[in-house]
Amino acid sequence: MNFAVPNLYAVAPEIFLLGAVLAILVVDLFLSDGRRHVSYWLTQAALAGAFLVTLGTSEYKSVHTFSNMVVDDQLADLLKLCCYLSVSLVLFYSRDYLSDRGLFRGEFFVLALFGLLGMMFMISANNLLILYLGLEVMSLAMYAMIALRRDSRPAVEAAMKYFVLGALASGLLLYGMSMIYGATGSLDLNKIAYAIFARQANGMVLVFGLVFLVSGIAFKLGAVPYHMWVPDVYQGAPTAVTLFIGSAPKIAAFAFVIRLLVFGLQPVVGEWHMMLVILAVLSMVIGNLTAIAQTNLKRMLAYSTIANMGFMLLGVLAGNPQGYSAALFYTVAYVLATLASFGMILLLSRQGFEAEELDDLKGLNDRSPWYAFVMLLVMFSLAGIPPTIGFYAKLQVISAVVNIGYIWLAVVAVVASLIGAFYYLRVIKLMYFDRAADQAPILARGDSRVLLSLNGLALLGLGILPGGLMYVCTRALEMSF
Amino acid sequence: MPISLSHYLVLGALLFAISVVGIFLNRRNLIILLMAIELMLLAVNLNFVAFSHFLGDPAGQVFVFFILTVAAAESAIGLAILVVLFRNIGGIDVNELGSLKG
Repeated sequence: MNFAVPNLYAVAPEIFLLGAVLAILVVDLFLSDGRRHVSYWLTQAALAGAFLVTLGTSEYKSVHTFSNMVVDDQLADLLKLCCYLSVSLVLFYSRDYLSDRGLFRGEFFVLALFGLLGMMFMISANNLLILYLGLEVMSLAMYAMIALRRDSRPAVEAAMKYFVLGALASGLLLYGMSMIYGATGSLDLNKIAYAIFARQANGMVLVFGLVFLVSGIAFKLGAVPYHMWVPDVYQGAPTAVTLFIGSAPKIAAFAFVIRLLVFGLQPVVGEWHMMLVILAVLSMVIGNLTAIAQTNLKRMLAYSTIANMGFMLLGVLAGNPQGYSAALFYTVAYVLATLASFGMILLLSRQGFEAEELDDLKGLNDRSPWYAFVMLLVMFSLAGIPPTIGFYAKLQVISAVVNIGYIWLAVVAVVASLIGAFYYLRVIKLMYFDRAADQAPILARGDSRVLLSLNGLALLGLGILPGGLMYVCTRALEMSF
Repeated sequence: MPISLSHYLVLGALLFAISVVGIFLNRRNLIILLMAIELMLLAVNLNFVAFSHFLGDPAGQVFVFFILTVAAAESAIGLAILVVLFRNIGGIDVNELGSLKG
């Protein structure tokens, strides 16, 4: 029996980040409360370092290591870079919010980084075990982050609901994984794909497991009919945590879907294809219809998430590389818009005041024309109105569906986004045509203002010139197959 | 009569079904909910061990060790949230989790 030394080069970003988190955990112990900004900047430095390490160790070909359990390919590198950027923006946006509410502590940063570590493992996984462990590391960190605001009843309630439903989802997912393992005799995604392809797998057990697997994935994505946790968690969690949950984990969820369904179960595409069609249609229609009835901005954005995940699934269910790259583009566009939308709520919040009702946006144009314009870009992007990035993203996923001959599905998608335009445009109406109820000046630090403005402009800029990002997405997927 | 793979799978499916029913029908106590979640993971473990034994492949048993570890971490976090919840609402009744609506 020989012991092969694994290629540590391929997992250098994970090793670096883990080392950095442990260091921050220790350093934070020795800091007084007035000097928490040291651990904050260390966290930002860790993210920047991980970004550089990922860029530096990026290779054109896919590298498998740890007995084929972990893969480092172009897709993984791209998704990881997106995750670092979005976590870094989350921290920039939420700094004032956290310190006003006594949450500006080492625990928040460390949990965010551990969550990120879990996402990185999900992104790089090539084995059911690693996929599951990555998912749990991410989820456990997020449960704790929501409950971090201990004295807030909605936050703790949201944490409990998320915990119970998240554990149920993990249970479903694991049950599905056990069936897939039983049918194919392996946990390795490549071997699973080969066993199914070579018809060595027991078809009935396989499909039985697949149903549970897709249910678990739908739970984690928040697709209808497994969406009941999303609105409660988005509304109840502190806005900074909502921003975290709504951004980087969506990228990881996309990676999860691609690794599991495409890399592992592509030979049974015919089986999971119809399940995703049902999930996508229900999510788009029910998400957009229910969002209309909301008065709470965070809850409305939660239903918007559900609808957007439905659109993302359109790209995946197309079952071809064009569809996957459209779905990847859609995920990136959606995460950019989400970062800016919750970033705006954080910007408008202040000590003792959460700007989370729709009415709090009234007359934003009188208070600050610039931020009203940024919010307008965000709403346009979420609604899919040109020339923002959201339009191009929706166009791509819908054309992917049309290309496989599902005209009716494209029609449903367009009608659903028309319904959705109503509540996005209502926000714009509130900002521009209603009188402001409170005239408090917007106090936020310079860096978050500049970044939020850039984030808003990116939605516009990438919408006018989407070619570069689309090329990156297509190429990353092409080189990883 | 020898015990075959399907016996184990049926037992696993029954345990899994009991735990799902426990999560959805339980309207009283959050601790029972945590127990149901634990039972669900054990049902999955039984599946993995049975498959692992009948396939002659140890990977499934290794997976079980990891599930056990994660289950322990999960109950630790779940009970911690439960304590915080108890301090906030003074009870652990599932029906009291209704303030978030829309």
